[in-house]
Amino acid sequence: MATHAGGLTVTAPEAGVAVRIEGLVRAFGGRKVLDGLDLSLRAGEFVAMLGRSGSGKSTVLRALAGVDHDAGGEGVLSAPDHVSVVFQDARLLPWKRVLANVALGLTGGDAEERARTALAEVGLAGREDAWPVELSGGEQQRVSLARSLVREPELLLADEPFGALDALTRTRMHALLARLYERYRPAVLLVTHDVDEAIALADRVVVLDGGRIAADLAVEVPSPRRPAGAEYAALRERLLARLGVDALTEREGDLPESRYAPHD
Amino acid sequence: MTTAGDLIADGRLQSNVWTSTERALSGLAYGTAAGLVLALVAGLSRLGEGLIDGPVQIKRGIPSLALIPLLILWFGIGESMKVITIALGAFVPVYIHTHNGLRTIDSRYVELAETLGLSRPRFLLHIVLPGALPGFLLGMRFAVTAAWLALAVVEQVNATSGIGYMMGLARTYGQTDIIIVGLVVYGLLGLLSDGLVRLVERKVLSWRRTLAG
Repeated sequence: MATHAGGLTVTAPEAGVAVRIEGLVRAFGGRKVLDGLDLSLRAGEFVAMLGRSGSGKSTVLRALAGVDHDAGGEGVLSAPDHVSVVFQDARLLPWKRVLANVALGLTGGDAEERARTALAEVGLAGREDAWPVELSGGEQQRVSLARSLVREPELLLADEPFGALDALTRTRMHALLARLYERYRPAVLLVTHDVDEAIALADRVVVLDGGRIAADLAVEVPSPRRPAGAEYAALRERLLARLGVDALTEREGDLPESRYAPHD
Repeated sequence: MTTAGDLIADGRLQSNVWTSTERALSGLAYGTAAGLVLALVAGLSRLGEGLIDGPVQIKRGIPSLALIPLLILWFGIGESMKVITIALGAFVPVYIHTHNGLRTIDSRYVELAETLGLSRPRFLLHIVLPGALPGFLLGMRFAVTAAWLALAVVEQVNATSGIGYMMGLARTYGQTDIIIVGLVVYGLLGLLSDGLVRLVERKVLSWRRTLAG
């Protein structure tokens, strides 16, 4: 892991634990974004983090990824050695072909072969020699997923990875991520502002508010998690309430086809 | 046209063009190499930046052609003075644009390199250098133009061969047609060399071209 800035105590996680954060304080220019945040992830656990914009979701991720050099603060932080990050923008190097982007930084003689396999897993076999600009947004994000997973991370950090994609592509990407998660079984911390995305993918949903975890709910919705059924609706409403959105009012209002309106 | 034909027939045009091209190319080569090396040192280390960038910016403020009197005193009126003058003219744009390319690498890629755990040599090889390449090539295009400009001037000042010498001689004898042939040749050489750099650019930056179609 990269070195951390701003008064953090960085330790290696105990067995069976992927992430342990205690009393994390992160401040930018005197403004505290995170104020004593505690969060743990078991190894192989899929956790979604919800929060309003500006609530510090990305700040948590950046601290875990070790790229928050401009932040000050304190706290204890444990994360595994192998951490991969999926950014909201696919962040592919435009001057490298797709395969080289996936293999970037891999070592060993089989690096290219592993990259090829990873590309095939995200459904992009045959596009190895394409330039990133030739791919659609969804395809670029799939390359980025392949680049993250080919490293076989113990922890996958995803910062609104599907936020820039259209609704159809997003649904397809959910299925892909779920499949890859089953196959690689990393611990995942998925930052999102989409309640349905969180419920569809995660074992546990945490809500970030006021620089701390304001709610921590297990997702006990039977699989497959279609946006239907009583458990789904109840969990969704609780989460929305925590985010300051009154789901009932929203539904009864005369807003046409709201984003959060039930699909059933 | 007939003048050009005559000049080619007695071999004067070819030999003068060749001499001039040789001067321009060697000046360009030295200038590019110096600009590239200094830009890398200044762009990749804080110490290099402190030592190199200031003097280069000062040098940029002085027109290369204004240095000719000094260069004549130091290096005489031979070939080396000419090549050095051309190199000095070509060096500045290569330095400025490469340095700028290195300094403006997208910080998102720096972050990516960190999360991928890239070593510093790999980071330079895969991210910094390719990222600065468009800047370098843009600098090259300016440098080529600067090299021809400097060439025209040094050949007017004192030379016994080259296109500028040919034109200077023509001026003495009032041969307007030869002067015009010289100008056309300068124009063609400039156009041709810029075309060459653009060709290289298109080849090397094909990842960008695909967007433009």
